[in-house]
Amino acid sequence: MTQSHTLTATGLARTTRFRLDREGWISLSLLLILVVGATVAYLAGERFFVNLASRMVIIALAGVGLNLALGFGGMVSFGHAAYFGLGGYVAGIGAFHAFDMTPALGIPFLPNGSDQMIPLWLTAIALCGLLAYGIGRLSLGTSGVYFIMITLAFAQMIYYFAISWPTYGGEDGLPIYIRNQLWGLNTNNSLVFFFLCFGLLVLALSFCHRLLGSRFGAALTMARLNPIRLATSGVEPRPIKLMAFVISGMITGLAGALFADLNGFVGTSMLDWHRSGEIMVIVILGGVGRLYGPVAGAMLFVAMEFWLGGLTEYWQFFLGLVLLAVVLFARGGVFGLLAGRSRHE
Amino acid sequence: MNDAVLRIQNLNKRFGALHATKDVSFNVMPGEIHALIGPNGAGKSTLIAQIAGTLPPDSGTLWLDGQTLDDLSVAARARQGLGRSFQVSSLAESLSVRRNVMMAVQALQGTSFRFWTPVNSDTSLREPAEAVLEQMALSHRADTQVAELSHGERRQVEVACALALKPKVLLLDEPMAGLGPEGTAKLTTLLETLKHQVPILLIEHDMDAVFRLADRISVLVAGEVIAHGTSETIRNDPNVREAYLGDDHA
Repeated sequence: MTQSHTLTATGLARTTRFRLDREGWISLSLLLILVVGATVAYLAGERFFVNLASRMVIIALAGVGLNLALGFGGMVSFGHAAYFGLGGYVAGIGAFHAFDMTPALGIPFLPNGSDQMIPLWLTAIALCGLLAYGIGRLSLGTSGVYFIMITLAFAQMIYYFAISWPTYGGEDGLPIYIRNQLWGLNTNNSLVFFFLCFGLLVLALSFCHRLLGSRFGAALTMARLNPIRLATSGVEPRPIKLMAFVISGMITGLAGALFADLNGFVGTSMLDWHRSGEIMVIVILGGVGRLYGPVAGAMLFVAMEFWLGGLTEYWQFFLGLVLLAVVLFARGGVFGLLAGRSRHE
Repeated sequence: MNDAVLRIQNLNKRFGALHATKDVSFNVMPGEIHALIGPNGAGKSTLIAQIAGTLPPDSGTLWLDGQTLDDLSVAARARQGLGRSFQVSSLAESLSVRRNVMMAVQALQGTSFRFWTPVNSDTSLREPAEAVLEQMALSHRADTQVAELSHGERRQVEVACALALKPKVLLLDEPMAGLGPEGTAKLTTLLETLKHQVPILLIEHDMDAVFRLADRISVLVAGEVIAHGTSETIRNDPNVREAYLGDDHA
């Protein structure tokens, strides 16, 4: 009895949300830098920098989604732009029909479009979940390079589908004239919008933290480390990986909806394979399989895009150098460099 | 015959012209260690793969505790009660011993789609895992990463993982391979006590261990079972001696 009590106590101590070891401090600092940065910029009247911080947060959120599949599930998806873009188009198409007061997709039975963020987010999450389920089911029969190629191929199919659908702008994309609304909040205010995105990022991070510590997370970890061991233990690896892939697509899709609202525009560039690569780059840059890795990665990526991009149009050359350095010398990414190696139970 | 825990009947597998498994039939009875021996290239690995479910046989049937295993996946067979260890141990290297065993406990409870409760503080997972580790005399290594374990300890962890599934039969693929004389002796003692808990199908090269442990032996040569019987019968079977043991063994 006493023993089981102490067991529970140490167990609880271990899983307390913010046990502030080095990793905890680094994670908290990253979030604080974003909040303080955005707030200071807002007070200084620099709306541009508030939006830059929002951009970091949204791309980080997309990375958190991909990291669940790539880092924690070992599924190298090169097609996450599909979910990012679909989420974006949900926000864009919803706003388009709300503006026109026509039913969604122009189909009479469907309810009118909406300019409310909550239903748009939920729709984006649901549709991205369905899409990821379909793509995941078909792709998870393969592994390695074939998995990379098949996820890329599916994303490209959706890209060309969007290009050839003139109703929603095709190649020209679709503007969102008025940013979608949320209850009584003034979402047009850049700081309000930042905190909306930031809140969702923190929510997604906490959700993933909890998920990874659960029984499902244990099975997912085993599916990545040794699928043969998982099967020999009596758990089918494929449904576990598929579930992680679906949740991954949902999170990235939510990021896409926010991204469209941030830019007031959704276009095929959100579905482009460059975008899949970009999300993957921020995950690798930040630290594959580290919960806060994509946050570090997105901050570095957007900062480089802004400052180096202002100096030279060849800024991606320097991005390449940094990526090369990370891959060669810091396997744990920027986050690993700051927080040290990850601990395993 | 009907009491057999594991029944293998007329199993056949061909790879082109090579008849790798030729009409193999045998069974594992409760409380026994049934050893399967055979020279290199006899088709032992092919046979194990078919029992474990990684390779579909061309024909033939497997029964575990009266239920057929045909068409079941590796994981489904494990849930039916087929515990196994590998020739080259297959564990999650970066996880602790306890976490490796806890995975099997979790599978036994059938609850991998739970997304909220943390596993680390879950006594319903930890306690059964720790009980098995204690039985395997591995309690002191529970928090150690598998990567830091010796060869012999890994074997023990694999057996612990299999036991945590509360299996109906244990399939051990060359558990003595690579163990020193001391490790072999330790494992031999362990298996002797273990067989009363769960019957064992032992695939093994180490002849001394086989003759000491096995209640019955089947000899596989060129994909075919050429002899069944007790250690004594097998030792004195002229076919076996010719095909496998060599005269100096007698």
